[in-house]
Amino acid sequence: MADKLRTQQELERLQAKYIGTGHPDTTSWEWKTNIYRDTYSSLVGHPHMLSYISLAENEPTHIVRTRLIRKMLQPSGPPPARED
Amino acid sequence: MSDADFETIRKLQAERNAAATAKKGSRTFDPSNQRNDAGTKQKLTDSFDTDLYDRNEADKFAGYNTSIPAGNNEDEDMEDGPDNTRRLVGQYTASRELIDEFARGDGVEEDDVLAGRGERSNRIADRETDYQKRRLDRALTPTRADPFAASNGKPGAAAAAEEGVTYREVMEARELEREEERVRRAIQAKLEGRDEEEDGNVAKATLADGHKEKENGDAGSTEVATAGRKRKKRWDVSSTPAEEETATTATESGESAKPKRSRWDQTPAPPGLEAPKKRSRWDQAPSATPMVSQGLATPAHPSQAAPGGAVVPTGFGPGMSARNMPLSDEELDAMLPGEDQGYKVLEPPPGYAPLRAPAHKLMATPAPQTGFMMQDPDAVRLSGKPVRNEIPGIGDLQFFKPEDMAYFGKLTDGADENNLSVDELKERKIMRLLLKVKNGTPPMRKTALRQLTDNARQFGAGPLFDQILPLLMEKTLEDQERHLLVKVIDRILYKLDDLVRPYVHKILVVIEPLLIDQDYYARVEGREIISNLSKAAGLATMISTMRPDIDHVDEYVRNTTARAFAVVASALGIPALLPFLRAVCRSKKSWQARHTGVKILQQIPILMGCAVLPHLKGLVDCIAPNLNDEQTKVRTVTSLAIAALAEASNPYGIESFDDILNPLWTGARKQRGKGLAGFLKAVGYIIPLMDEEYANYYTSQIMEILLREFSSPDEEMKKVVLKVVSQCAATDGVTAGYLKEHVLDDFFKNFWVRRMALDKRNYRQVVETTVDIGQKVGVSEILERIVVNLKDESEAYRKMTVETVEKIVASLGAADIGERLEERLIDGILHAFQEQSVEDIIMLNGFGSVVNALGTRCKPYLPQIVSTILWRLNNKSATVRQQAADLISRIAMVMKQCGEDALMGKLGVVLYEYLGEEYPEVLGSILGALRSIVTVVGISQMQPPIKDLLPRLTPILRNRHEKVQENTIDLVGRIADRGPESVNAREWMRICFELLDMLKAHKKGIRRAANNTFGFIAKAIGPQDVLATLLNNLRVQERQSRVNTAVAIGIVAETCAPFTVLPALMNEYRVPELNVQNGVLKSLSFLFEYIGEMAKDYVYAVTPLLEDALIDRDQVHRQTAASVVKHIALGVVGLGCEDAMVHLLNLLYPNLFETSPHVIDRIIEAIEAIRVAAGPGIVMNYVWAGLFHPARKVRQPYWRLYNDAYVHCADAMVPYYPNLEEEKLDRPELAIML
Repeated sequence: MADKLRTQQELERLQAKYIGTGHPDTTSWEWKTNIYRDTYSSLVGHPHMLSYISLAENEPTHIVRTRLIRKMLQPSGPPPARED
Repeated sequence: MSDADFETIRKLQAERNAAATAKKGSRTFDPSNQRNDAGTKQKLTDSFDTDLYDRNEADKFAGYNTSIPAGNNEDEDMEDGPDNTRRLVGQYTASRELIDEFARGDGVEEDDVLAGRGERSNRIADRETDYQKRRLDRALTPTRADPFAASNGKPGAAAAAEEGVTYREVMEARELEREEERVRRAIQAKLEGRDEEEDGNVAKATLADGHKEKENGDAGSTEVATAGRKRKKRWDVSSTPAEEETATTATESGESAKPKRSRWDQTPAPPGLEAPKKRSRWDQAPSATPMVSQGLATPAHPSQAAPGGAVVPTGFGPGMSARNMPLSDEELDAMLPGEDQGYKVLEPPPGYAPLRAPAHKLMATPAPQTGFMMQDPDAVRLSGKPVRNEIPGIGDLQFFKPEDMAYFGKLTDGADENNLSVDELKERKIMRLLLKVKNGTPPMRKTALRQLTDNARQFGAGPLFDQILPLLMEKTLEDQERHLLVKVIDRILYKLDDLVRPYVHKILVVIEPLLIDQDYYARVEGREIISNLSKAAGLATMISTMRPDIDHVDEYVRNTTARAFAVVASALGIPALLPFLRAVCRSKKSWQARHTGVKILQQIPILMGCAVLPHLKGLVDCIAPNLNDEQTKVRTVTSLAIAALAEASNPYGIESFDDILNPLWTGARKQRGKGLAGFLKAVGYIIPLMDEEYANYYTSQIMEILLREFSSPDEEMKKVVLKVVSQCAATDGVTAGYLKEHVLDDFFKNFWVRRMALDKRNYRQVVETTVDIGQKVGVSEILERIVVNLKDESEAYRKMTVETVEKIVASLGAADIGERLEERLIDGILHAFQEQSVEDIIMLNGFGSVVNALGTRCKPYLPQIVSTILWRLNNKSATVRQQAADLISRIAMVMKQCGEDALMGKLGVVLYEYLGEEYPEVLGSILGALRSIVTVVGISQMQPPIKDLLPRLTPILRNRHEKVQENTIDLVGRIADRGPESVNAREWMRICFELLDMLKAHKKGIRRAANNTFGFIAKAIGPQDVLATLLNNLRVQERQSRVNTAVAIGIVAETCAPFTVLPALMNEYRVPELNVQNGVLKSLSFLFEYIGEMAKDYVYAVTPLLEDALIDRDQVHRQTAASVVKHIALGVVGLGCEDAMVHLLNLLYPNLFETSPHVIDRIIEAIEAIRVAAGPGIVMNYVWAGLFHPARKVRQPYWRLYNDAYVHCADAMVPYYPNLEEEKLDRPELAIML
């Protein structure tokens, strides 16, 4: 009982710190959203990756960067309608 | 020291030992060490005839196996099972419990009749001072109206009138109380034939006197007391005019009678049962609720008010002997034949009511048993234990005290829950939960506490507090119970929030006493509750509730209220409270109010420390006028408050004190006695805040007063003066010249007298002050004056001097000391050291510090010091010998610096002779001294040579005493580290055997030293033999020992390269015994932890073993194997062992669904380690499968793994997320190729 409570609290703390972490009730939409955002932020965050992509797409890095950041907005579509 | 001296001592020693031997008639006498073996039995390993067989010859059992393997018959023994080997003869041996029983536990300590009393008692009331006991005089006042409740939608005033007593009524009641107190005192005075100033001004009566009178009055004249009490009754009634009618009728009969004398200790009678004749109070059991009158006070505890009275089976009235006690149903069942024999239990006829004594009678103190009684173990009823620990609907409690029956008896009456009203049900529910919290086992307590917290608002503040608060007023309350109940209050305060307002005063009455408890944690708890309470109730409620108590007649109430107010200030902020405090401190009506106000201000800095700084100006201004108050008490407390403020704000904030400097200094000139002490204290704390010039000026101003008061006979004044002097001396502005010129002579004349050394507190203060002055005026100035005292005839005085010398020399060094002084100092300190009648650590420290401070200057004195030590080492008294040995360890370094190697050699030899010492404390010190000599001299120069010394140490390793163990192992370890070659391998092996026992020592230091020593020894003589010993030790039963053996194996492997250890270790795994296998795994785990990267060469070697371990049936087995895997994996990161890691992961992964916390933690750690070693890409492939598994039980551990991986390496996971194109998880950016 108490143990459950503690793990619950720990999880809450963890999620407050790392948004991408999940729990057994995470929906696949949430998970996918997180994956997209992590991917884009990782690409944006590593200058070498960014220049690699911009070279391949033949676009300035700043534009690629902005595009990637824009893509982080609802990357896997709007949240699914609630079922209840 | 000359050789002649040395020889004398040597001879004396030899004679003493010879004499002892002759007396004891012991078996063997060893001429070399001049000791006979302590025991009376011949040892098996010793040769008896020392003339024929030389002792120093090698052990005749050398080459034999000296340890019998304990685990030879593995297949017969069940793991951890009972000893089921068949023996021909019965074994009669006491079990562990029986042996331990007399070491500690019930029979020994707990049965001490006096144990339950005084300081050590659990019961709070038992260790309270009389002053603290006055908390019991306080009543739980009626519920207050909440004038701020208007926001709830009710019209405030109207609601308030219904709900409780208003502020006006409370204030009127206080007024009456004061008046009554005054009249009572007047009557008292008249009786004693004094003139009473009838001017209506209570200012005359000082508190202390008032209370003395009160007590005298109670004891001396009953008549007066009764009169006083009667009046008290009257105000009690009249204070609530609205309810006067009912109250008078209810208390009519009691009005003139004695029983009404005390309002708090009376058993509250149930409403219908207002007993016609009341007992006097002295023989009545105390009860929780203090008030009797109906409608006025807190209703008596609900359970006691139950009509018919609760059935209290535990206590019996004074007239009742145990024999006449009614039999309970269970007892009847046990005595009479039951239904299975064809009998039937009849229902009582309708309308029958059992004749039972009313509750209050049953609760009276049991009459003491008179006459002889046979102890009957079966008669539980007589043994003072409650008949049952089980209350219906609760289960087994930890305990159930007879007093609890008064509160929780209702739960046992077996009423049908279906017939009860909602309120009654609620009440019982609360009762049950509280009982669980108070008396239950920890898990019960936890759930009950949570239920109480969660449902607090449904239960309501009233029903909750009506039950909790009386429990807290119970006299027999114990620490644990109070802690738990306070915790309940704390939790429900959060939930109840503003609903708590009407109960604020009641809560304060029970919580305030915590603020003056001796126990620090109780004080902290009290503060926390009051601070939460003030946050829940709000400032306005707190002020209006506590305002009436500020000028309460009882000093105790005012004192605790002041402290509570300080807590409120710290909770709600000082600025919020400041206007109110200002008003209180200027109160014209009563000096008590001013006194309390200032006291609040004194408590605030004590509580909040430097947090007062932002508000310092306001706080000081608030009390500034009170410095010139007409009341001495107020003036004194004001100066103390200023001292507290200055202390808290040190070193800042002098600007805020500017305004009061003048009144303070002029006041200090005018005051005398206790008032002056307070003023001086304030001055002492303000001076350090000033800058240099001012400090100098004001110090010279105050110094004349201080000098005058140097000769004051008052102890309190002496303390204050000393404190102020040391504060002044520490200030920058005060120069050494000034101190030398004006202060030192008087100071030493008045305080360095023998009398000061006799009182502990003075002693400490004088030493501190002298040291503080010494910091300024220098070492020699002080030492010149006190060094003669080292030869004083009073021992306490010598000790005080030594302590001062020690502190000064330790902090300032001895460079300042001249040649002549140096001589006198050493001479004096030697004298003091030799003359001590009780060996004291202070002398030892003093001697050590002085010698170390003088350093090489000690050289001329060393022979003398050493001869003193040698004489004392030969002393009859054990403590003297111990002290002498300790002194050697202190001065060994200096002796080395002085180049006295020869002397040290002699000391070493003498110490070596004393290794037969029988007192373990002394032996420990002797070993310590030897160690310090070895450390400074070095292994090769050591006298006696190591090869003689070490064999003597081996048997000492067997000593069980902690100090001895620690010092021996340290010495042995040092030798093993620095000069293992000086002893032969066989001796080291013997030491190894002895060391095994050390592995289960209680002290961690000993275990660690033993483990390290294994490493050194293994390095010295090669790992094989050591390893064999250690592997054998894996079979012993104690876990502690096995764990340490495992560690030692790890260390050996680290020092001697793993390949020397691993084969033997892995071979040992084949022993089909769980303990051994586990031990092997554990050693592997430590081994791989220690060897780190070296593991890459051994991964493939141990993999088959780990395969086997990871698929074992035993959980612990797999757990330990997992930790091995973890350490291997972390060792081989990036070294190309990924294939092995994946293989191990495959075996590890099914364990993911373990539930035992230890196991699952190890498993997860291992998986994480493999993720580090093999990279997240591979390991995460295992995780994707379960994240969205239909079963939650599966998803749970998978998400745990995922979260851990995410936290550790979210970035590295990006390329490895699954490609879910059909689900539109499309990340084309990752697919770009150039």
